[in-house]
Parts: sequence; structure tokens; C-alpha cells
Amino acid sequence: MSVSPAPRTGPPAGRATEARTTRRPPVSVLLAAAALSLVLLAALVPGLFAHTSATDTDPLQALRPPGSGHWFGTDELGRDVFARIVHGTRYSLAIGAAATGAGVAIAVLWGLAAALSGRLGDTLLMRAADVLLALPGLLLALLVVLITGKGVAGATIAVAFGTAPGFARVVRAQALVVRRSGYVEAAVGLGVQRPLIILRHVLPNTLGPLLVLATVTLGASISTGAALSYLGLGAQPPTPEWGAMLTEGQGFLQQAWWIALFPGLLLVGTVLAVTVLGRYAQNRAEWRAAS
Amino acid sequence: MRPVVRQVAVRLGGALLVVWGAASCAFLVLQLVPGDPVRAVVGANALVDAGQREEIRHHYGLDRPLPVQYVTYLGHLLTGDLGDSYQLQQPVSGVLAQQLRPTAELALYATLLAVLLAVVVTVATSGRARWPRRLSAVVELVVVSTPSFWLGIMLLTLFSFRLGWLPVSDSGDVRSLVLPVITLALPIAAVLTQVMREGLLDALRSPFVLTARARGLTEPAVRSRHALRHAALPALTLAGWFTGTLLSGAVVVENVFARSGIGRVTLQAVTSRDLPLVQGVVALSAVVFVAVGTVVELLCLAVDPRLRGATGVKAA
Repeated sequence: MSVSPAPRTGPPAGRATEARTTRRPPVSVLLAAAALSLVLLAALVPGLFAHTSATDTDPLQALRPPGSGHWFGTDELGRDVFARIVHGTRYSLAIGAAATGAGVAIAVLWGLAAALSGRLGDTLLMRAADVLLALPGLLLALLVVLITGKGVAGATIAVAFGTAPGFARVVRAQALVVRRSGYVEAAVGLGVQRPLIILRHVLPNTLGPLLVLATVTLGASISTGAALSYLGLGAQPPTPEWGAMLTEGQGFLQQAWWIALFPGLLLVGTVLAVTVLGRYAQNRAEWRAAS
Repeated sequence: MRPVVRQVAVRLGGALLVVWGAASCAFLVLQLVPGDPVRAVVGANALVDAGQREEIRHHYGLDRPLPVQYVTYLGHLLTGDLGDSYQLQQPVSGVLAQQLRPTAELALYATLLAVLLAVVVTVATSGRARWPRRLSAVVELVVVSTPSFWLGIMLLTLFSFRLGWLPVSDSGDVRSLVLPVITLALPIAAVLTQVMREGLLDALRSPFVLTARARGLTEPAVRSRHALRHAALPALTLAGWFTGTLLSGAVVVENVFARSGIGRVTLQAVTSRDLPLVQGVVALSAVVFVAVGTVVELLCLAVDPRLRGATGVKAA
């Protein structure tokens, strides 16, 4: 397969700080991993947690406060808020995760094209990234929604294009380093074909830093996806997406605070767990690079 | 003198390039928007015959070839003419000028609050004791992970609906600014604190702090006058991100609190496919981005004397 990156060794003496002395991940990371596993489980098998439907209405049960029958209360149509949150997990997670994946894919093509094409191509592609980075992320996403139209798919593509320019710069920078490395030169010297070098040497060794960055950005992508749904451009009612639920709940803040409280809490918890894990991955990668 | 002139010319050229690029990007994107622009002008349900349709297309210049449209658009942009809004039937520049005030007000107060919070928290938690730093790090992490629309909704629920201390929507007085400003400022403050703390801790370990202490300066003086300056630099370089976050945040916050402003207009323009208005917003935000970048570069010079020398030699 590919040439392996720097060999793993123990932590260098003297550099050890709190988090680095132990091999075992800290409690916060374990907690985050446990929380995220639960959320993932809810996304994959919502029936495990919620036994009622997310979309069945029951006017007699409308606007009930949290209690024994309905843990998180009911909304204005008598739908169980807990069931809606559980069933909505997959939409909220999927938009963020798919957008990050698509962003990585776009960025790999973009960054590699810039690094491996001539000077003119590099300048043009990176200038384009600069221009897109100059626009606020949400504005960029809104521009994409104009083309794709609103909905889950549109919001996902929009969030992906919001993250891609930043990712592309990382890919390009890393690819430029890899291109000049000994093993690529060796491959060139051995007469390996160019597409093969790109595929087997440049690409795998470029991906590492990008994947770390993508993990750290995943939380923000979930958040932006929910924001688009909140603004009415992502998941459409009656889809129980968390951001869209907040829009519905905002109309009833006076009478029923629980409709807007709980989806948001879950959103914060999920983003928090992802961020903690992402930063842990980042620290480990930095530590590995430093050792 | 020459290198300075050259430097200014390069900066100005780069700035123009970004604005031109953003404007072209907006033009390109809007060509890709599916559907007939005439429907966006008259509404989906209106009945228009072919003649009227042609008239509307002619009025907005949509009947001319694309390259001509592009060149006209750029030419108008140079003179500050952003065309007429499809929906509001008035010049885009007028609409934006009118909406700029409330957003600028919101952004200004939010920036001030965020910087104030970040500086106070950074300095207060930079002492020997570890627990204030740890506690603050946890709070920052939670705040950074909280989407601003939910934060705003929760603040509304608590302070406006439950406690009744603050107005629910924009009533024109200063009190209606409190919650939107807090909502916009908190996430920014959290990120700023994270960056500044790292800078401050680095600075406190450096030789010049030892010198300052040896000169008998008090601990607060060492921190605020010497180390904090150092910590401010990495925070200042975040300014591009900062402007973007303010503008993205304004879109969300203005919609949560039903305030008028650029953010609200932006969302309206996107949902109603008011293409000239969208182009105007893109051009405006590119100009703001470039302007802020320039101001920040000057600020960096003011904060760090080492950057002023043209020789590029950096004293330790």
C-alpha cells in the first residue's frame, strides 16, 4: 500500500503535559464518545428509544407540558416532542455528516488540482478559494440554496460548499509538501506513472490533516445545517429535523417553552460531543506530528 | 518611499480583486438559478402575456447577451449602482443603505461586548491557579457548541416571556438591543477567549515578561500592558473570520428577534429569488470584508511595533 507516515514513538520527554502523559483518553472524551454513540444509535434505530410516531397528531394531547406520559411534552398538534427529537436525529446528523463528506471530496479534487497543475492553474484555483472565503459562510450556503432549491439535499450541498474552500487550501498545502518528499521522488525515479503516484502516494498522505480538520469542522457543519433548516431552507415540516422543530417551537414560546428547549439541548449536546472528540483527534495528530 | 507606495498598490489591487471576484461569483451563481426571473418579479401566480414578459425582461436588461449583461453589471457596480430590486421595486443600493444602520449598530455593540468579555475573562483566568482556566475552558466549549438561533430563542423565553424584563421584538428603544447583542457576542467572545488565552500564556513565558517583572512592575501591569498586547495579535488575525461570523450571525439573529437589517433582507432576497438584491448583499459583504482586513492590518501595526520596520528584521 502507501508509504506510512512518521513512525509512532512514545512521547518525547519534557513535552508531556496533562493530557499527554497518559495513553488513556480523558473522561470528557469517553463521555463524548458514549453520548455520540447513543445519538448515532437513535439515528440508526429510532424505534429503540421512541415507541410513538413522530408525525401522528392528537389534538386532545396538544401543548401538554413534560410529564410521565410525554417526557418532553407535546407540541401544538399533540405530537410527542421526545419521539420527534429521536426520529429527527438522523436528519440533523445526516446533513452535517454528508455535507462534511462532500466538502472533503470537493476539496480533495480542488486542492490536488491546484497543487499538481501549473502555476496559472494553481493561482486561479486558490484565488477562487480566497474569494469564497471572503464571503460569510452562511451567505455562501444561501447562494448555493438559491441554485439547488430548499430541502434536505439542497441544505447538505450548501453546507458542503461552505466548508470546501477552507479544506481545499489545506489539501493544496499538504500536497505541495508531499510532492517534494523523498518517496514521491523515488517513485518518479522508478518510472511510476503519474496518475498512479497521485493515487497511491500523494492522495493518502494528503488526507491525514484534512480528515482531522474535517472532524473538528463536523460540529459546525451540523450546526449550520440545523441553522438552514431553522431559516426554512433545509428540512421542511413535518420532517422532525431539530432546526425545523425550533422554528415551529418559536411560535409557542409563551405557552410551551418545551417545544423549543429540548431539540436545541440535543443539538448542543451532539455538537459538543463531536467537538470534544474532534479536538482530541486534533491534539493526538499534533502530538504524533511533534514526536 | 517607493516600497511603501508599492505595498499600498499591491494591497489595493488585492482588495479590488477580491471584490471583483465576489461580484463575478454572484453573477455566475445567479445565472445558474433555475426558473424564469420574470416569475420572481411578478410573483408565481400572476398572469402575464408574452408581450409584458418581454417588456419586463427588457426593463431589467435580461434580454441582452450574457457577456453584455456582465460588463454592464460590473460598470454599474463601479458607480455604486446595484440595479433595482425585483420585489421591493426600488434601487438595491437604497434598500441596503437603509438596512445597514440597524445591522451596523448590532454588529458594533456585539463586537464591543465580545472583545470586552474576552479580555476580562482572559486576564482574570491567566493567574497561577488552574481551576478558573479549566472552568472557563468548559464554558467556552459549551458556548461555542451552542447554535446562536437556539441561544437567542432561549434568552427570549427566559428574559422576555418568563421574566418579562426585556421586550419580545424590536420596539425601537435600547432595551430591545440587549438580547440580540448578547446572542451575537457570546459565541464570538468564546472563540476570542480561547485564542487570546493561548497567546497570553505563551507571552507570560517569554523573556520580556521576566524583564518587566524584574523591573518591579506589578502583576496586573505586566499582564495588561505587556502580555495582553502579545495575546491580541493572533486574535486580530482572526478578523476575517470575525467579520464573516458577524454577518452570518446577523442573518440568524435578526430573524430570531424579528429585527430589520441586512441579515433579514438577505434571507428575504434568497427566499423570494430577488436576484439583484442578492448580488448587492454579496458585493456589500465583500467590500466590508476587504475594508475590515485593511483596518486590522493597520491595527496590527499599532499593536506590534516590530511589524513597522520595512526591513523585515524581527527583534525577539
